[in-house]
Amino acid sequence: MKSGRFWAWFVFLLGAAYFFIPLIATIEFSLRMRRGVYSFDAYKVVLGDSQFQATFMFSVIVAVFTILLGVLIVVPTAYWIRLRLPQLRPIVEFVTLLPLVIPAIVIVFGYIRMYGSNSPLPFLGSNLGANALLVIGYAALALPYMYRAVDTGLRTIDVRTLTEAAQILGAGWGTIIARVILPNVLIAVLSGAFLTFAIVIGEFTMASLLNRPAFGPYLQNLVANRAYEPAALSIIAFIITWGCMSLIQILSRFAPKSANRPN
Amino acid sequence: MAEPFLSIQHVRKSFGATTVVEDFNLDVAPGEFVSFLGPSGCGKTTVLRMVAGFEEPSAGKIVVGGKDITRLKPNQRNVGMVFQAYALFPNLTVAQNIAFGLKVGGMPKPDADRRVAEMLDMIKLPQMADRYPYQLSGGQQQRIALARAIAPKPKLLLLDEPLSALDAKVRVSLREEIRSIQKKLGITTIFVTHDQEEALSISDRIAVMYGGRAEQVGTPFEIYNRPATKFVANFVGTLNVLEGKVTDAASGKVQVNSQEVSLKGKLNGSKSGDTLSLALRPEAISLGRQPGHDASLSGEIAEVHFLGSVIRVRVGIGGNTVSLDTFNNSTTPPPVVGDKADISFSSGDMLVLH
Amino acid sequence: MTDLSLSNKAIAGNTAPPAEARSLRLPTQWLGVTPFFVFAVMFLILPTLYLMLGAFQNEAGEFTFANIVALFSANIVAAYWISIKVSLASSLIGAFAGLAIAIAIVRGGLPNWIRSATLTFSGVASNFAGVPLAFAFIATLGRLGLVTVLLNTLVGLNLYAHGFNLLSFWGLTITYVYFQIPLMVVIIVPAIDGLKREWGEAAATLGATQAQYWRMVVIPVLWPSFLGTVILLFANAFGAIATAYALTGSSLNIVPILLYAQIRGDVLHNAHLGYAIAFGMIFITGLANIFYIWFRTRSERWLK
Repeated sequence: MKSGRFWAWFVFLLGAAYFFIPLIATIEFSLRMRRGVYSFDAYKVVLGDSQFQATFMFSVIVAVFTILLGVLIVVPTAYWIRLRLPQLRPIVEFVTLLPLVIPAIVIVFGYIRMYGSNSPLPFLGSNLGANALLVIGYAALALPYMYRAVDTGLRTIDVRTLTEAAQILGAGWGTIIARVILPNVLIAVLSGAFLTFAIVIGEFTMASLLNRPAFGPYLQNLVANRAYEPAALSIIAFIITWGCMSLIQILSRFAPKSANRPN
Repeated sequence: MAEPFLSIQHVRKSFGATTVVEDFNLDVAPGEFVSFLGPSGCGKTTVLRMVAGFEEPSAGKIVVGGKDITRLKPNQRNVGMVFQAYALFPNLTVAQNIAFGLKVGGMPKPDADRRVAEMLDMIKLPQMADRYPYQLSGGQQQRIALARAIAPKPKLLLLDEPLSALDAKVRVSLREEIRSIQKKLGITTIFVTHDQEEALSISDRIAVMYGGRAEQVGTPFEIYNRPATKFVANFVGTLNVLEGKVTDAASGKVQVNSQEVSLKGKLNGSKSGDTLSLALRPEAISLGRQPGHDASLSGEIAEVHFLGSVIRVRVGIGGNTVSLDTFNNSTTPPPVVGDKADISFSSGDMLVLH
Repeated sequence: MTDLSLSNKAIAGNTAPPAEARSLRLPTQWLGVTPFFVFAVMFLILPTLYLMLGAFQNEAGEFTFANIVALFSANIVAAYWISIKVSLASSLIGAFAGLAIAIAIVRGGLPNWIRSATLTFSGVASNFAGVPLAFAFIATLGRLGLVTVLLNTLVGLNLYAHGFNLLSFWGLTITYVYFQIPLMVVIIVPAIDGLKREWGEAAATLGATQAQYWRMVVIPVLWPSFLGTVILLFANAFGAIATAYALTGSSLNIVPILLYAQIRGDVLHNAHLGYAIAFGMIFITGLANIFYIWFRTRSERWLK
């Protein structure tokens, strides 16, 4: 028992060292822009860069649309599967897991070939179309996470009983989804949304291959050409990811504890 | 008692500043079935876990078969244990679960197979050998868990609330089965429960525990009829408690709601003028004055509950309410609320609670 | 109540409802999931199938194995080989290290806040990939990285003189492990939580040593989730490009970077060879998953 605790501490501290040293190194590096003293110059330069602002805003907007698209696709499907078509569950779950098996680069390669400007559906023929395709691609990438989050949320509230209760009280489908189901899974949806945000905000492959002016390609370009700014940006990216995950954690405390089922 | 098989001596257990078990003593004879009965947090499970070896006593010692096992690891103690949540290994079949202890004990496979078959016959589930735990009902799983615990022929069998997760019917049938298997094998057993009916029906002796101490150790008959403390009296069975005032300590006269009752010689230590808590079991009380009952009180019928074979009547006597049971009789209608009524009982059944 | 049982029957489909009811009910039943399937077919399945079919066609659209055969040229095989090596190494190291950390924080008797802090951090780090991660390792183990410099000045150990290079197999692996370990932790902690304390206690009273308990119960119980996660980590690393690209530019020849260059500029001078490379990637991740499913159904009958 005593030696067990020793090994637990040993493993934990070893892991902590592996995870914190690169962060410390990056922070240290990001502060070294001004010769001889530590300063926040790199951060000032980065945050003041108009290209940073433009690409970051672009990625934020894309993330917001991705989340909306993801919610629109996932929530009704997950709800309907729980309520009426449980026999489709294995198929739907299989499909939602596909993006974990098919690499993003392959998916986007397929888009480029299928939806090029000469194809019947020329998404890539216009800027708007290409942006839409980027949103779609991100929604596909985030599908496994969004579906898992929403499905877990639905499981805790016993959808069937809630729906039937609402029906008995005379509610129509619109009312049921908007006023009964969505508020109850809102926390789960938001968790999925923040996870999506964390995935999308710095994504490189799809944005780069679809030639979108997104944050990921901007970062990539910066690494190749600058020394200190990328370090500052890495820290900023880490903080954004951290923020998303913390929000998910905070939200999960407000999630409805299931009232009508044990566990 | 003859040479005890299990002896728990002055055992104490503290977690930090809180003491969970305080100076616990118990001797258990070979083949005896002893229950630890008490509310949650009374320390009964902690004592059991110290006997099993999962907790180390802060003081005192535990002896099994003349050998001090206080510092032995659980896997060196040769005890069998059954848990509330079954705790069957989910990745093993029923037969493999039962064989687990035999396998790790190094028993040759043919012998182990024979023992497993024997165990499956004992619990009457021979056809289940190749099932997995998730395919079985709770009652079946717990029988498998019992078979698994008994298979390596342990010196001691420890049952930690084994029936609490089961539904009422299964609970009763399984408890009878446990008792009959235990008797047949003659295995010394400790059974932890918070259910007094369970403890009364199954045990040779019961240790009623409260606040980390054994309040009383005795046969079910003693525990029920001669509870030693107020806690035991209240915890075991239903009890009517009456407030009384001692009028004459020497002759044992007590006043309840200005009616006098004589309790010959049971007032040890009380003085005239003291107030006392007096207790009566519902089944010791009759409605009306019965021959053979030497004490009686008058009151008014307050409630009548028709329960089928039994009618539970509550009689108000001043500020006290007394519950009593009468058998249903098709020719006599039940009493009516508001009627005057007498109750009678044998003064020997009246308990003085300290 | 009757309405409910009726719709249940319609779902089960074993008793044929009146033709009229069927034609009315079925479309509305399926309407709810239509957007999902349209999305999945158009933006997941068809694009993938398009590439898979393209891998077996030549420029004229005729069926051929030539592209697949061309995959076995030295350059491409080398790219696959190094990708597989990096993915395998990073997923195995990540899996075992992640498992060790998970066991330490769940079962090691560490203070409770360590467990929740580690889980939160794992959520962050498992999503911390791509360029920022690459740069963090450049700042740590690059030629001028903090650790490289400190080791050199304090201990006199010059990593790069000893053959270490961040832009290599080991450099990439050690970087990938940064998101592999936390992913393992996030997935495996619930599985370890699922191990009931009573199992260990039951095993102990039955006379089992800690080692026997682990061999006969813990490992078999954790094995499916563990193996499933290893496959996931493998696929995760195999398709990753941003980290490697930021770290090494195109100096390290791994498959996703090769494919990236091919998409951007047709460096292989054969569009259909690009399809074949994509096909090869799906083939490998798909194979890993099929192996996992096969293994799981074969050996884990006890799983519900």
